[in-house]
Amino acid sequence: MQSAVSTVAESIQFLSENFPEFLQLLQEHLLLVIISEITAIAIAVPLGVLAVRHERLKSPILSIGNVAQTVPPLAIIALMFPVLGLGFLPSFVALFIYALLPVLVNTITGLEDVEESTINAAKGMGMTPYERLTKIRFPLALPVIFAGIRTSMVINVGTAYLAFFIGGGGLGVWVISGINLFNMPQVLAGAVTGALLAITLDIGLAVIESRIGTASPDSSQVAA
Amino acid sequence: MIEFENVTKVYPDGTKAIEEVSFTVEEGTTTVLVGPSGCGKTTSMKLVNRLEEPTEGTVYVDGVDNMAQDRIDLRRNIGYVIQEIGLFDHMTVGENIATVPELREWEQSRIDERVDELLELMDLPGNYRDQYPRELSGGQQQRIGVARALAADPDILLMDEPFGALDPITRDNLQDEFLEIQDRINTTILFVTHSIDEALKMGDQIAIFDVGEIVQYDTPTEILQNPKNEFVENFIGDNRTFKQLAITTVEEVMEPREERPPGDGDVISAATDGGDDYAIPADASLQVALTKLLGSEDPTLPVVRDGRVVGTVSERHVRSYFGPTEES
Repeated sequence: MQSAVSTVAESIQFLSENFPEFLQLLQEHLLLVIISEITAIAIAVPLGVLAVRHERLKSPILSIGNVAQTVPPLAIIALMFPVLGLGFLPSFVALFIYALLPVLVNTITGLEDVEESTINAAKGMGMTPYERLTKIRFPLALPVIFAGIRTSMVINVGTAYLAFFIGGGGLGVWVISGINLFNMPQVLAGAVTGALLAITLDIGLAVIESRIGTASPDSSQVAA
Repeated sequence: MIEFENVTKVYPDGTKAIEEVSFTVEEGTTTVLVGPSGCGKTTSMKLVNRLEEPTEGTVYVDGVDNMAQDRIDLRRNIGYVIQEIGLFDHMTVGENIATVPELREWEQSRIDERVDELLELMDLPGNYRDQYPRELSGGQQQRIGVARALAADPDILLMDEPFGALDPITRDNLQDEFLEIQDRINTTILFVTHSIDEALKMGDQIAIFDVGEIVQYDTPTEILQNPKNEFVENFIGDNRTFKQLAITTVEEVMEPREERPPGDGDVISAATDGGDDYAIPADASLQVALTKLLGSEDPTLPVVRDGRVVGTVSERHVRSYFGPTEES
């Protein structure tokens, strides 16, 4: 039985010995996460706007997002295999579908939570519907939308491990094959670095989020 | 100028908001629409900038049927202040004020100049320009709301219970400040409130609404002296005389100072000796004057304007103003 300390030491050794491979896997992982996230944002935000603009479209749009989120990620990945085969593309599509909902929900919530009086003022002052959206609703909703992106991104880093099953690469290669081979140092080298990646992204995005937030300080600073 | 000609508004659900309403707001004057909630006063106001559109009848804005004007242009030419203030929290005070000039694509230098002008007009320090609305108190926020509405120098200003959400002291201050501003700008104002006291204070003309129609359209004095029916009487309340004291200035009842050789007249020298507390400003209300007269040992007090005595007032003057009118 190996002690925990020696396992850690061995995984560090494993990491340094296989560093070029690690960089390769990390790159694949990040690429999957970032490209699927960007695509999810590019689709979810306009969909959210559409849902808010047309009340009738809202529930169908939201249910698409809900279904996408309810199906377990592994199932989505499994479903992609017969349709799109193996490799980057099916992994990307699966991750994209899974990343949609948090961004979509927060876009809708953010846009809808803008106070009615603010919109009435904008309307009364002669802003067109487009100007009300771009100059008022969207900037005011931005912190909420960004919080959705942050949640989605962090979940995405975890889900991307499953891409291994359909040949999408990424850190899952080390973790899942490591489990199969009972190679603990390899599992840890893949899992801990992934965890660190998620935490780093989360902190980085939190910093940006608070920057966006300071553009509209909260009511705790009301003047006397 | 705003003219309503037999305007009826029925909502899609069949609710009749106003029926056959006609009135005119003359250029540069303030008309207050007042009445209980649900009487149609706010709907009437929204018909002016087409936030609502009439079912029948016509609303003329500066002589032109407003349904024939472009809705967006129309709104950009009309200032709009609402009770909830509705400042844009993600923009600085300066950006908020500059909203309509920006929409109308003024040059940046002209916008900057105008923002400075308005901050000064609203008695707000220049460094507020770069602050965010949430950092300010309610009273200051509504000052910015008014500045924002006046930014593009509109001919018409719509104010929907603008001071309704403020505490009584702030409300009173803002009303006074706004009355002063009103004198300086030549804007046609339509003002909605549910408070008869605010209406009497702010309006040149008052339109009293009962459900969906105007019961009386008159000057504040006329409404107090000759309420048209029981509804108006009830709406004003039972202390009419007291309210009239609040809206009548000392100047209207005083005895103007006769030309006398300098140094003559004990009242006038007393005004100089007694200091500010003794004399009454010419634009003070009769409420203020009576309070001073009751607390003073002298039956007659001097009335001053800009530090100069312009007349005298006594209890008798006030009484005769309300007494049976032999002549006027």
